[in-house]
Amino acid sequence: MELFGIFFAAFLINNILLIRFIALCSFFGVSTKIDTSIGMSFAVIFVMTISSAVAWVLYHFVLFPFHLEFLRTATFILTIAALVQLEELYLKKMIPTLYRAMGIYLPLITTNCAILAVAFLVIDYRYSFLQSMVYSLGVSAGYSLAIILFAYVRERMLLAPIPKWFQGYPIAFITAALMSLAFLGFTGMFGL
Amino acid sequence: MSNLLKDFNQGIIKENPVLRLMIGLCPTLAVSNNAINALGMSVAVAFVLICSNLVVAMIRKITPDEVRIPIFIIVISTFVTISDYIMHAYYPDLYAALGVFVPLIVVNCIILGRAEAFAYRNPVMSSVMDGVGMSLGFALALVSIGVIREILGAGSVFGFQLYNSAVAATIMILPPGAFITIGILMAGLNKLENKVL
Repeated sequence: MELFGIFFAAFLINNILLIRFIALCSFFGVSTKIDTSIGMSFAVIFVMTISSAVAWVLYHFVLFPFHLEFLRTATFILTIAALVQLEELYLKKMIPTLYRAMGIYLPLITTNCAILAVAFLVIDYRYSFLQSMVYSLGVSAGYSLAIILFAYVRERMLLAPIPKWFQGYPIAFITAALMSLAFLGFTGMFGL
Repeated sequence: MSNLLKDFNQGIIKENPVLRLMIGLCPTLAVSNNAINALGMSVAVAFVLICSNLVVAMIRKITPDEVRIPIFIIVISTFVTISDYIMHAYYPDLYAALGVFVPLIVVNCIILGRAEAFAYRNPVMSSVMDGVGMSLGFALALVSIGVIREILGAGSVFGFQLYNSAVAATIMILPPGAFITIGILMAGLNKLENKVL
């Protein structure tokens, strides 16, 4: 039940894009087409789960016992960058179909702040290993839900008559505001 | 001298990182729910940006081209850690309000972007000026969004109550308010630009 709570809090109530405002660059950058946003979502789910597991292990078994907490920022970002490269090489060699599906999004992920944010948050919230796995699954599922919905809206928006000054990014922000308002409605669900 | 002034000016309006280049959006939206948080975040980003521009420009001649990005990241994360610890020690309230966004300065695209696009190719003085200008541009956008949201959403500015907060539109300090404010600001800027040109 507690794990269920963690998952839904991360998935809907504290949606990482619309409520917590992390990884907005990719939210506006790759959501112009449905295909690209689906590719990005899979890459995020894949990388986020693995990298938060690695970051958790690294913090609790290396940095914390040796009192090196001040190296957290530098360690995490370098580890994640290296990890993304490794994952890319591994996928290319072992699972080429999956690699083709999310190929170009993998390098982009290094600069996706959601990955790093989740690595920090599972430490800040003092989650156990299992809890942090469930949390990062929830966050990445929430990311996918928000970005794919947003991509559908943006594709429809191409055909809509929009005031001249609002074309492009301004109307995208207003759309995001309305979606964020809808997600705000999940607050208090399941007594969370 | 005029060159230095140009480097300084560029970031403020013409290449304003937030409103024109669309980078550094996450902290802009997340911490702008009141003016004080926005100012605190701007100062932290300014410190990191100016120091990392300075160091990157100083070591640019001895930096091997192939590994420059990891080197930039290490320089940046050093300064992020310093500002993280200083803020934690001296401004615990602000630190609690900004939360995970302080360590996340390290992936703020403005800082790595300026290191790569400017400081790596220019001498020390102009890099510092570029850092100052860019941070001012960022601070300008962030603080104005913070002030607008605080006035409309809480009826106060920098904590001083202007009118009864019971009649304020609370939505403006909630997450949707951030998207609305920045969308309308951008549309306004588009309109202004069309008029000037």
